[in-house]
Order: sequence, then structure tokens, then C-alpha cells
Amino acid sequence: MNLIEAIEKDQLKTNVPEFRSGDSVRVHVKVVEGSNERIQIFEGVVLRRMGTGISELFTVRKVSQGVGVERTFPVNSPRIEKIEVIRHGKVRRARLYYLRKRSGKSARIKERRRS
Amino acid sequence: MAKGILGKKLGMTQIFNEQGSLIPVTVIEAGPCTVVQRKTVDSDGYGAVQLGFGEKRERLFNKPLKGHFAKANVQPLRVLREIRVNDSEDFAGLNVGDQVKADVFAEGDKVDVTGVSKGKGYQGPIKRHGFHRGPMSHGSKYHRGPGSLGGVDAARVFKGRKLAGRMGGDRRTTQGLEVVKVDLERNLLLIKGAVPGVKGSMVMVRNTVKK
Repeated sequence: MNLIEAIEKDQLKTNVPEFRSGDSVRVHVKVVEGSNERIQIFEGVVLRRMGTGISELFTVRKVSQGVGVERTFPVNSPRIEKIEVIRHGKVRRARLYYLRKRSGKSARIKERRRS
Repeated sequence: MAKGILGKKLGMTQIFNEQGSLIPVTVIEAGPCTVVQRKTVDSDGYGAVQLGFGEKRERLFNKPLKGHFAKANVQPLRVLREIRVNDSEDFAGLNVGDQVKADVFAEGDKVDVTGVSKGKGYQGPIKRHGFHRGPMSHGSKYHRGPGSLGGVDAARVFKGRKLAGRMGGDRRTTQGLEVVKVDLERNLLLIKGAVPGVKGSMVMVRNTVKK
């Protein structure tokens, strides 16, 4: 088991900021278009973080032109250039699936003050 | 064509490839193996390389086995397996005492992995042979049975009839798996997908028979 952990550890990123569900993040994703690569930004609320180690994933939800869009990324993916935390949200559960049914005022999340 | 290595299945994990997608891999501690015997057409009727792998306490070897290893002048090893070779193949140049390491395979090679599958115990025909289930409701009293066992005129059940019984624990080969990474320093092979066997079991990795 130790060797497996070692293989996983080799690939873990060290520069992942601390964030959890309810936080608003800006994910810089590398996108390949034909032959050139560029960075695309996906900004929204973190709905969940799931898994551990190399297989850890997080889901970001945003509302784009009135349509809810959710994308799930591996936390340690080399395709993610960087993750910026814009705002820490105060939420009372780990999985914010209830946001899917809400919009406007009721979909707001209070800000978490960090001392 | 023939080349291969013995190893221990350590378990599964995932790794990122160059495109950045996560791929499932089985980690195999492959080798180092020692050539214990070299069989040739002249002396044995067929060509093969006998590989030894793994450690075992000295006193657990019986005298005939100790003699076999002493003849090759190598340390006694836990498992011995043969890999068939013809004169023209990669392994034909190996002599007794030579070491086979993980670098016999390169990234991108296609391999077959042989091992003993996980034992499932006594299982019904649905799990064991993929039979269909009967209706669970609407008055049906037939749920997970094997169905008809044959015609009435035979007055017996033919041999080989697929029924419930012991499942798993058989020697199985998974063909055409891709070698994702070779780590010579740690003697590791990372192979895409699942391979037969429990963690810690012995597996044999050979290059694939299908091209």
C-alpha cells in the first residue's frame, strides 16, 4: 500500500488553496483548441468536494445566461492552471445540491468571516 | 514475441496522462526475477525460460527444490514459472542466473496479465454465468433459478450444464492491456485497467498474443 501511496503522492499538487463547499472559486482551465492551448476561466460556487488523494474531485456551479452549468474537476489535474478562491461562503452542509432548485435571492450564500 | 516477468499485484490507483485525463491503473511490483533454468528443444523437447520471483524463508524449501536452486547457483525463490521461447525471440539470449527487471517492457506496450481470480464462493447461475432473472412480482414464484435443465427424453442432465457452484479462484488471463508506466527504480509496472487476483497475489505479465 505504501508504494501505491507514493505513486499518488508524486502527482499531488502542492499549490492547491484551501477551499470547501460554499466557497466561490475561479478555476483556470487549460483548453486545447486545435493546436494551441489557452486558459479558460470557470467561475462559480463549489457544490461539493468528494474523494481523497489523487482521485479528489470538486464540482463548481454557475448560472450562465439563465442556465445552470456544473463542471466537475479533479483537484490535482494538470489541466487546471490554478484555483482562485474569491469568497468564503458560510454553509451548513457539505453537499449544496439544494442550490440547483434555487435562483436569485434564495440562492445567495452568506460570507464566512475568517479571523 | 515471448517475454515476460513475474510480479505481485499491489492494488489499483489512478494517474494523470499527458492529456490530463485520469486513467485507472493496476500497480504491479514486477521482478527482479532470476532465470533459474533454461529449457531447450534438444534437452527438454521445447524452449522455455524458467523465472523465479519472491522471497521465502530458507527452511520452507524442501530438499529437491533446494537442489534445483543450488544447481542454478541462485538464491531459493518463492515462485517458479516458465515462459515459452523460441530461438529467435527476445528472451532466447538469457542464461541461468540472469536477472529480468521491469524494463523488459516499455511504456505503450500491450501485455497479457495472468493471475488467479478472486474467489467468490458458491454463487447462483445469475452471477456465475450471466443468466437472466425471472419476474420478481405479478404472481411469479420463479426468481433466480437456473431454468430448464434440458429435455424430458434425455432423462438426465448433460455434463457441462451451467448451474450454481463455486465461482472464482481460477487462473485467468486479461489480454491486451497497456503498460502506462515503467518504474525501474521501484520495480513497478503500471498497467491500464484491472488484472485478475487479490492484492498481494502473484501475477505473470507477458507481451500480448494478439496484435
